[in-house]
Amino acid sequence: MRPGETFGHVTDAPIGVELEPGPPPEIPRSPRAIAWTRRRLSARRVWILYRKNAMGMIGLITLIFFIAVAVFAPLIAPKEGLEATCPCNGTPFSPPSWGFPFGTDNFGRSVFTLTVWGTRISLLVGLLATAISMLIGSVIGIVAGYYGRWPESVLMRLTDWFLVIPFLPLAIVLAAVLGRSLTVIIFVIGVTTWPSTARIIRAQVLSVKTRPYVERSRALGSSSWHLTTRHILPNVAPLIFANTILTVAIAILSESTLAFLGLGDPLSISWGTILDFAFGAGAAGAGQWWWLIPPGLAIVFVVLAFTLCGFALDEILNPKLRER
Amino acid sequence: MGTRRYILGKVAQAVLTLAFVMVFNFFLFRVLPGDPAALLLRGTTAFNPENLEEVRSDLGLDKPLPQQFLTYVTDTARFEFGESFYLRGATVSEVIGDRIWPTILLLGTSTIASAIIGLIIGIYGGWRHGSKFDVGSLSFTLFVYAMPEFWFGILVLMAFAGGVGPFPAIFPTGGYETPGADLSGWAHVTDILNHLFLPWMVLTIAYLGQYALIMRNSVIDVMNDDFVQTARAKGVREKQVLRHHVVPNALLPTMTLILLSLGFIFGGAITIEYVFSYPGLGLLTVQAIDAKDFPLLQGLFLLFSAAVIIANLIADVLYSYLDPRVRAA
Amino acid sequence: MSVLSVRDLEVSYKTQAGPIPAVRGVSLDIDPGEVLGLAGESGCGKSTVVNAILRLLPAGTTVSGEVLLNGEDVLTMKPGRLRAVRWTGASVVFQGAMHAMNPVQRIGDQLAEAIVLHGQAGEKEALVRVGDLLEQVGMPPRRLRDYPHELSGGQKQRVMIAMALACSPSLVIADEPTTALDVMVQAQVLSLLNKLQRELGLAMLFITHDLSVLVEICDRLAIMYAGRIVEEGPSTPVFETPAHPYTEALSAAFPAIGDQRFRRAPSGLGGDPPQPESVPEGCSFHPRCPLAFDECPTTVPELYEAGEHRRAACLLVPKRTQVAL
Repeated sequence: MRPGETFGHVTDAPIGVELEPGPPPEIPRSPRAIAWTRRRLSARRVWILYRKNAMGMIGLITLIFFIAVAVFAPLIAPKEGLEATCPCNGTPFSPPSWGFPFGTDNFGRSVFTLTVWGTRISLLVGLLATAISMLIGSVIGIVAGYYGRWPESVLMRLTDWFLVIPFLPLAIVLAAVLGRSLTVIIFVIGVTTWPSTARIIRAQVLSVKTRPYVERSRALGSSSWHLTTRHILPNVAPLIFANTILTVAIAILSESTLAFLGLGDPLSISWGTILDFAFGAGAAGAGQWWWLIPPGLAIVFVVLAFTLCGFALDEILNPKLRER
Repeated sequence: MGTRRYILGKVAQAVLTLAFVMVFNFFLFRVLPGDPAALLLRGTTAFNPENLEEVRSDLGLDKPLPQQFLTYVTDTARFEFGESFYLRGATVSEVIGDRIWPTILLLGTSTIASAIIGLIIGIYGGWRHGSKFDVGSLSFTLFVYAMPEFWFGILVLMAFAGGVGPFPAIFPTGGYETPGADLSGWAHVTDILNHLFLPWMVLTIAYLGQYALIMRNSVIDVMNDDFVQTARAKGVREKQVLRHHVVPNALLPTMTLILLSLGFIFGGAITIEYVFSYPGLGLLTVQAIDAKDFPLLQGLFLLFSAAVIIANLIADVLYSYLDPRVRAA
Repeated sequence: MSVLSVRDLEVSYKTQAGPIPAVRGVSLDIDPGEVLGLAGESGCGKSTVVNAILRLLPAGTTVSGEVLLNGEDVLTMKPGRLRAVRWTGASVVFQGAMHAMNPVQRIGDQLAEAIVLHGQAGEKEALVRVGDLLEQVGMPPRRLRDYPHELSGGQKQRVMIAMALACSPSLVIADEPTTALDVMVQAQVLSLLNKLQRELGLAMLFITHDLSVLVEICDRLAIMYAGRIVEEGPSTPVFETPAHPYTEALSAAFPAIGDQRFRRAPSGLGGDPPQPESVPEGCSFHPRCPLAFDECPTTVPELYEAGEHRRAACLLVPKRTQVAL
């Protein structure tokens, strides 16, 4: 058994990549350990291919940059700068200057500080909402794909119905009724974006279900739980992962739109709420471009980053796309 | 014969989906946490127990749930959506009727424009994939996709209506027509077009990228089919191969995908109308949120969903007419 | 003058890993009314030769040599002349007729397209001619209103044959026309091709990997391996007394039912044909050849004379002739 070889039921990770020569992996003992070794090696293969993908690397680096900004926000810009009454504020509505690289808003707050701190909420909402969406979508997709017959019909019909309802009106209506808070926004986005994930995952489950190793396992008498978690899930997981990344992009866009329309949490700062304030204060008519451009650009860069990573991963993990 | 059965099937599905939306709509406003009457009166001086009771009985909230549902269904069938709460005390139908035309104008013209432009870009991008044009248009599409439409709208508003830096303020800052000006005939039309231009441009650009991408990928798929090789071998010129063989086959799946993406356009309409103060259904929705006008929101929500359902139905029916393989089935 | 005369054709595909030679020096001739069969396993370059004849290769492919169709070199033709020659000089019956037709166009229109395009008839006349063509291939003329998906596999192949005949070409290239069909349908299509070829006096280039089919319909055979022709000659002698070990293996791989020899010693050749990127040194066949000897890995054999109108690219051939002398 050479490094990288598997026992025959491979994941959809690509083959054909030569691993760098190195010490051979230790001989694993239990089947569980074997499975994990296999997964580690697949992940390594994916990473090697990913590194070669220019698009993906640009996305990844941008992503890391923004995550760093979110995590180290207190070190980059003082939190007091978010208060309207902070003595550190400058003259309201002033264009960029040395002390205020992105200018100031209607309270004289530094737009730079606002944008930096906005990273936290925007990313947080995006990630949590995606988690909910992926959870619902994956469960529904897997159950529908695996059990077939009437559960599949019912679930897929439900999914189709939700797909039909236009996203923004639904999100607006839900948020309007449930009130304005971070939790509501996260919940609303999560609950309105799962249908397309469910569809994709179900399709993948259907294709995995018919593979020989699943039939073999069933013939050996494994339970549904075992089949689902040990065979189907690991092979659907890469696709789920790629889809997750793309969904985060959509979630961040959605949050910014909902916040802009006034449905966001009035107490938290996100790029969407900054833009809501700015627009409400007449920044567009007054030509205050320094207030309007940075938060929007931030959204664009983060969404681009996630999208590029998602495309790169999709290309690597989905053999059909690689031919294009 | 097969087509008729296919169409009937699709119509039945559409009706079923509409029914689901109606039920969903109903429960959305009743079953969610919060007392609608309290939500309605919250923050007003009329917030006291007697008024709450009165509002509740007005809204029929004191009756048992199944009866409420029945009332709801029969009302909807008669297009009676109740009275709007704050906006002019008119019925929801009236309010919607007043504002529907500007939105149809805006969405109609921008969808047609972005579909046509997007398809053309997609065809040439796909036909010459890998070329500079293709790479350029893909990058453009990607960038526009990552941009929130409202932000794009704000920037355009700032540049061409507010005027900033080198950009001239040549367009009005919003609205449907110049208020107070009593124009007629050609002058009126020009005034409307003048106000329509910026929101139209923003919506068109925001969505043409997606159409271009769908068409591009479809063209690339079809280009690799064998029958394209057969056409070339017969001596057909490249342009004709594209026009008569590739495009018709690539257009089919694209069309349905485009019609199916109408749901997103409504989202765009809402935000763009808000940004440009354009008095259509989108702006109405935002105003309804602020005013907590639930009957109006309910009516709007139903309308949007119904529009998407009907668009999907049209897409399916159109597809069945154009694809001979489906026609025969 | 030959209808088709290919000289030293070399074709390299452009790939991310560099240029890959698919055809490495092929020459052949087809006289008017003659049927030449081109046989070989997958990947030997047969389809590439077909595509090269009408310059249907993807952009970026390097092609060198000469392809004389009725005396004119296709490879140096101007685009306008090339388009005119396509289908009227030589036409192709493609493999996989499943997808070789436009799914959204009626077959009558697709057949008429070629006729009208080459100015051979106006639109109305063309449809009449289409009806005749369909009859010629054994289909009722009214089927011209059908769409491709309404036809069976065999019917589609017939329509492809009719299409190939539409402009009365001098040469018809049949690229694996029976590969995707059931055996019964195969026999029908083959006999149709045979009949048409004789009735119309067509020159044909028949591509396949099935030698037994070739012997029925072809006057001469050419066997390809790894981008080169390794044997050619009149079909029956080549099939029955092959001069090249590869030909022998190919013909032995199709056992005759009832023949005792095959029951006792079923044959097959071990290994796979080489990938175009990694063709062995010397004689490209030597790793799989049961008769390989010490000179084979180092010397590239030419096509040596191996009998009357026969040639074979095997180092054993000159040895045998030497011994005979």
